[in-house]
Amino acid sequence: MSTFVLIFITSLGLAGLYFLLAAGLSLIFGLMDVLNLAHGAFFGIGGYACWLIMKHLTVIGPLTLRFAVAVIVAAVVGIAVGAVVEKLLIARNYGNHLSQILITIGLSFVVVSLLGGIFTFEPKYIVQPDWFTDTVEVFGARIPNDRLLILGVAVTLLVGLLVFLRYTRHGLIIRAGVENRQMVSALGIDVGRSFTLVFAIGGLLAAVGGALGAVYFNGVTPGLGSGQLIFGIIVVVIGGLGSINGTAVAAVLVAMTQQFVNYYIAVGLGDIAVVALLAVVLLVRPQGLLGRVAR
Amino acid sequence: MTVPVSEQVDPTAGTSRADRGLRRRPGVARVIGVAVVALFAVMPFIDVSVPALLPGVVSSPGSLQVLGIALVYVGVAMSYDLVFGYTGLLSLGHAMFFAFGVYGTNLLMEKAELSFVLATLVALVATATSAALMGAVALRVRGIAFAMVTLAFAEALTFFLLSDPLHVTGGEEGLAIVSSELPDLLRGVANLRWVFWLALAYAVAVFLVSRFVVGSHAGRTWQAIRENEDRVELIGLVPYRFKLVAFTLGGTLAGIGGSVFLVLARGASPSAASADFTLALLIMVVIGGAGRLWGAALGGLIYGMLTLRLNALGTSGTLGGLPDWIERTVSEPLFVLGSLFILLVLFAPGGVASLIDKIRVAVAHARS
Repeated sequence: MSTFVLIFITSLGLAGLYFLLAAGLSLIFGLMDVLNLAHGAFFGIGGYACWLIMKHLTVIGPLTLRFAVAVIVAAVVGIAVGAVVEKLLIARNYGNHLSQILITIGLSFVVVSLLGGIFTFEPKYIVQPDWFTDTVEVFGARIPNDRLLILGVAVTLLVGLLVFLRYTRHGLIIRAGVENRQMVSALGIDVGRSFTLVFAIGGLLAAVGGALGAVYFNGVTPGLGSGQLIFGIIVVVIGGLGSINGTAVAAVLVAMTQQFVNYYIAVGLGDIAVVALLAVVLLVRPQGLLGRVAR
Repeated sequence: MTVPVSEQVDPTAGTSRADRGLRRRPGVARVIGVAVVALFAVMPFIDVSVPALLPGVVSSPGSLQVLGIALVYVGVAMSYDLVFGYTGLLSLGHAMFFAFGVYGTNLLMEKAELSFVLATLVALVATATSAALMGAVALRVRGIAFAMVTLAFAEALTFFLLSDPLHVTGGEEGLAIVSSELPDLLRGVANLRWVFWLALAYAVAVFLVSRFVVGSHAGRTWQAIRENEDRVELIGLVPYRFKLVAFTLGGTLAGIGGSVFLVLARGASPSAASADFTLALLIMVVIGGAGRLWGAALGGLIYGMLTLRLNALGTSGTLGGLPDWIERTVSEPLFVLGSLFILLVLFAPGGVASLIDKIRVAVAHARS
């Protein structure tokens, strides 16, 4: 029982990371039809931003506070990177989705090798507060605190994102744009600004995910983000392209499948089970769990 | 509603005029092609050293291995061009079939003790079958969804190779080649020239097969599907079948490339199946010029030489004096390729082939 609870909560933590990675991917795809293959790079950049702050910002003594600063810095860096990438590279190719995808592929290669060039390909371990690795007892299982922290941050950002999309004007435009982009443009609204905005939001979420992922995966490497990107993509497809709720549900589903199969059946089989899950969803419900009509 | 990838970009856009120029004089293209193949064929006898580009004199085993691997890339890039460039299918799982060739051939030699030739043939049939099956599933969806599904399939294979639950693929280590089943000619460093010629024969064979298919009825239908799938359907053809044939043929040709690669690299490594390798193929095709066989071939050659030799360039001291991290970054092949790729997509979407065409058109204008 306690093992079950441990895996359950650990996979919720992992689901949090998948959600942070996939939410931006899903919004970008929903609004712009761009499969952003550089999204994993945003994740990796967030991880390194966090590592740099934890290592060098020794002015801030308490590690908890320093970690909070590190996550915020990662978020800001993520916003900046997302917005710059969109403005500089993607915006030149509106209306040419294939070129946009190709550019994000090139970008993911460039970022990974740039990170490798600057920080070397050795894993960098994050200095972290002791209480991250302490455990708390839940139903007889000893759960490391960092899992709960990741889950907490992910849920907070999920709620924040939903509130933003629901109650602000920018959010309204994004939701409308996901539904029908042409109509929004026809109403005289500058959808291009929303494009930059979703890239910035995607960058924020992914970079925060990277900062937390650096803790979860016990260190950060240049390829960390691109390695996780495939799960982000699977989550997006299973959840339904453009649906944030669907992404959240699918993130939990994918993480659970992966962790439980890995533990109870065979290590390594979890990743394959996730792909099988994707195949089943596509065959039964091509539009994804909460997606709209097949796109 | 999604616009199928095919409609979003025409890989040959802006080159049609020059393309016609190319068609006008097929003799010239043929002469150049034969000359290039002949040049490669005599390379094992050339004792000239090419600094930076090759590790030793052209005929040295090190150089022949580099060139051989580049030639395999040339062939696999052309096989991918059939799927992506000609049919407009953004498959992100092409590396999977290459890996089937690499691992399949070696496993058949190891477990079934087949000879190399027989193992290659059986692996070929197996690759064709699995390509047909996976294509049949993946082609149920179009556009980006197709890209994602093929990516997921390929990743599943990578996970399988890495975690090795059945203890056959050697996990991260991969497999060493079963030399005992190789014919004498392909064994040992002294015979590397034969392995090199095998790679050359593979590249030429892929080119000839692809050129024949591309010019056939099916090939022209592929290009029509790339331009506008709905219209093809309206004419009364079933795009699904044509796409499946393109996907299967491309995959099979890539699988044969895997068998050749196995001999060159003297082993199988899980990176052969990785998404990175598929993206590399995409980069090769786009760098060279999608929808043109010689473009893809050129892209494969450029990519091969860059990835195999850039590392050496970084350590050769040519970049001395720069800060360490810049030197490390610049000597990272993926950095150079990724940047080159972005610049090409932004400023020359037709790839190197279209640049050459532009120069040609300019020359023709200057003459007239």
